[in-house]
Amino acid sequence: MLVLDRLRIVQDDFTLTADFTVPTGARVAVIGPSGAGKSTLLAAVAGFVPLAAGRILWNGQDLAPLPPGARPLSILFQDQNLFPHLTVTRNIGLGLRPDLRLDRAQQARVAAALERVGLAGLGARLPAQLSGGQQGRVALARVLLRARPLLLLDEPFAALGPALKAEMLDLVAEIAAETGSTVLMVSHEPADARRFAPLSVLVAEGRAAPPAPTAALLDNPPPALAAYLGR
Amino acid sequence: MIGGRGGALIGLGVAGLILCLTLGTLAAVAWRAEAASGLGPADWAALRFTLLQAALSATVSAALAVPVARAFARRRFRGRGVLIALLGAPFILPVIVAVLGLLAVFGRSGLMNDALRALGLPEVSIYGLQGVLVAHVFLNLPLATRLVLQGWAAIPAERFRLAASLGLGPAEVGRFLERPMLRAVLPGAWVAVFVLCLTSFAVALTLGGGPAATTLELAIYQAFRFDFDLSRAALLAAVQFALCLAAAGLAAGVARPAGLGAGLDRPVDRRDAGSPWLRVQDGAVIAAASLFLLLPLAMVLLRGVPQLGALPGPVWEAAARSVAVALASTLLCVALALPLAIAAVDLRRGGRWLEAAGMLGLATSPLVLGTGLFVLLRPLVRPADLALPVTVLVNAVMALPFVLRALLPALRDLRAGYGRLAESLGLAGMARLRLLTLPRLRAPLGFGAGLAAALSMGDLGVIALFADQRTETLPLQLYRLMGAYRMDAAAGAAVLLLGLSLGLFRAFDRGGRGHAGP
Repeated sequence: MLVLDRLRIVQDDFTLTADFTVPTGARVAVIGPSGAGKSTLLAAVAGFVPLAAGRILWNGQDLAPLPPGARPLSILFQDQNLFPHLTVTRNIGLGLRPDLRLDRAQQARVAAALERVGLAGLGARLPAQLSGGQQGRVALARVLLRARPLLLLDEPFAALGPALKAEMLDLVAEIAAETGSTVLMVSHEPADARRFAPLSVLVAEGRAAPPAPTAALLDNPPPALAAYLGR
Repeated sequence: MIGGRGGALIGLGVAGLILCLTLGTLAAVAWRAEAASGLGPADWAALRFTLLQAALSATVSAALAVPVARAFARRRFRGRGVLIALLGAPFILPVIVAVLGLLAVFGRSGLMNDALRALGLPEVSIYGLQGVLVAHVFLNLPLATRLVLQGWAAIPAERFRLAASLGLGPAEVGRFLERPMLRAVLPGAWVAVFVLCLTSFAVALTLGGGPAATTLELAIYQAFRFDFDLSRAALLAAVQFALCLAAAGLAAGVARPAGLGAGLDRPVDRRDAGSPWLRVQDGAVIAAASLFLLLPLAMVLLRGVPQLGALPGPVWEAAARSVAVALASTLLCVALALPLAIAAVDLRRGGRWLEAAGMLGLATSPLVLGTGLFVLLRPLVRPADLALPVTVLVNAVMALPFVLRALLPALRDLRAGYGRLAESLGLAGMARLRLLTLPRLRAPLGFGAGLAAALSMGDLGVIALFADQRTETLPLQLYRLMGAYRMDAAAGAAVLLLGLSLGLFRAFDRGGRGHAGP
């Protein structure tokens, strides 16, 4: 269970507050106008943005003292999710051990993860030799190996076409189901939110609202969301 | 964080070491200088000459750089890239080799005086102020040209497109686009050359000298080496340091944005410069600059290459010593620069101070550093035993600013591009250095190491303070050969030195570029 307890983020003249709970195993879309603070909210949970007030708790544990890499979560950014000078295998291996000193069993797990995302045999390639969709799959294979209970997606598939994006979201859903992960996903596309996330958090006007059923939210949008959706 | 807490501590330690070496040696020197009675007339003359030659060198270099850079900016021709790359060569060219080349062109029996004699005109001398000026312009015109050329390249193509659409000619383009850029760029170029010429030693040693053409740096050397007047050397060193510090402050103060804004990197289309007269003018400027910069080097090669087979044994020994010094100095410089740069990027608040500490080498005279180390270490070791270790250390500190400048932007980019990804994966400490920082920094590290190696290889400075026959480096050996008028052997040694300097630079630079991944 993820608890944002009277959270307050201040960056210059920008303020974002949040005070809600996300149940374990939930898939939640984070929607709202651009610049409202969707990415900032995820960055705060991941440990990249300091909190002005409040706490972030995972299963009762305060995350504040934990550096980003030690938090019980994996995050995929909008871009730069792979190191361009490391092979696919090594990029995935980082999910098991950041110093890449993998034993035989761990190497086998890397190969299995690669196969799981449909990229068997491409382990020796560099990221630049892969398509955008394949790069996304490599990042997801790493998520699979890290096996953290919380997964944050900051629009990692925004640059992909609609069909490919849908395919990736299905893969995310499968992986989340396999690992039992709770997922927070920033989205610009109402259709993605409907397809992927039963719950949605609306970030608008300096506040992240508690999760609400996605379909109801999109069908009956509050004014800030309606303006963003163009209705 | 890239290096974590341990990395930041190492960086702070390096900064402390640099402070001790620069300010600490100065303090040692100042402590010795107390006994001195103040500056004598000869010392004032040295101070005046130092300022005069540096100001004149900077002015001439900057003034000549404008037409040369404009010609390069306006023209696209085959070999342009090669020529511009060659313009960068004098920076890593050993000064003593440049001097030898200039002597072959402008010296008493050089090409120019041969021609003047044939025409029945009076000869010109390359010694004294004019000689120092010619050498400094030769060594620094390329730097000034590159700085000004960067200014031209930074004018967005869209401005020239707009100028063309409004039918502006060369005069209007000059007034509205080029002059604001020059006003922003030229002071920086002037100060850069001025600072470099303030601490110029080898040029003054070979072409200057005498009461009328002695720089502070040369006066320190003479006080130390010939009179063994430590307190006078120390006093002069203190004056030199104050001068360098003031100049560095000046350099920091003159940077000023041109306000021409950013563009979308469209190709530049210079319709304003299409007239035949401007083409001829630019062609003549480029040809003259290339002749001035390349002819002395061609003369060295022409005279020296046939001598390579007959070089005396001590030259080869000196060459081996020089290579060892250059490699050790490069290793030390990189070992200092890397943790310092990482800590400077990591520590938000203290970072700027760490960077400034690394840049102190720019404001430090190598002879001051050497004198200070001598004062400090004299009770413990014989000076001749110090010659090579001190040279390694001083060369590393002097090259540090250039290596830092190569590393810092790359490290900042790395942090901006992959910092969060690395942190989210818990990639830290040595694993981060091994898997991320070093592989991604290969190119700037190779380039920086190449610069450090070439600068150290060609250095004729602090080594001259301490060396005896057993510890001569190749540049010093070359200087001795010139002093003994063994010009053939000198030319051969110069070619060897040139080859080794460029070879070391290229080896490191290429090593950094090889299979670094896309």
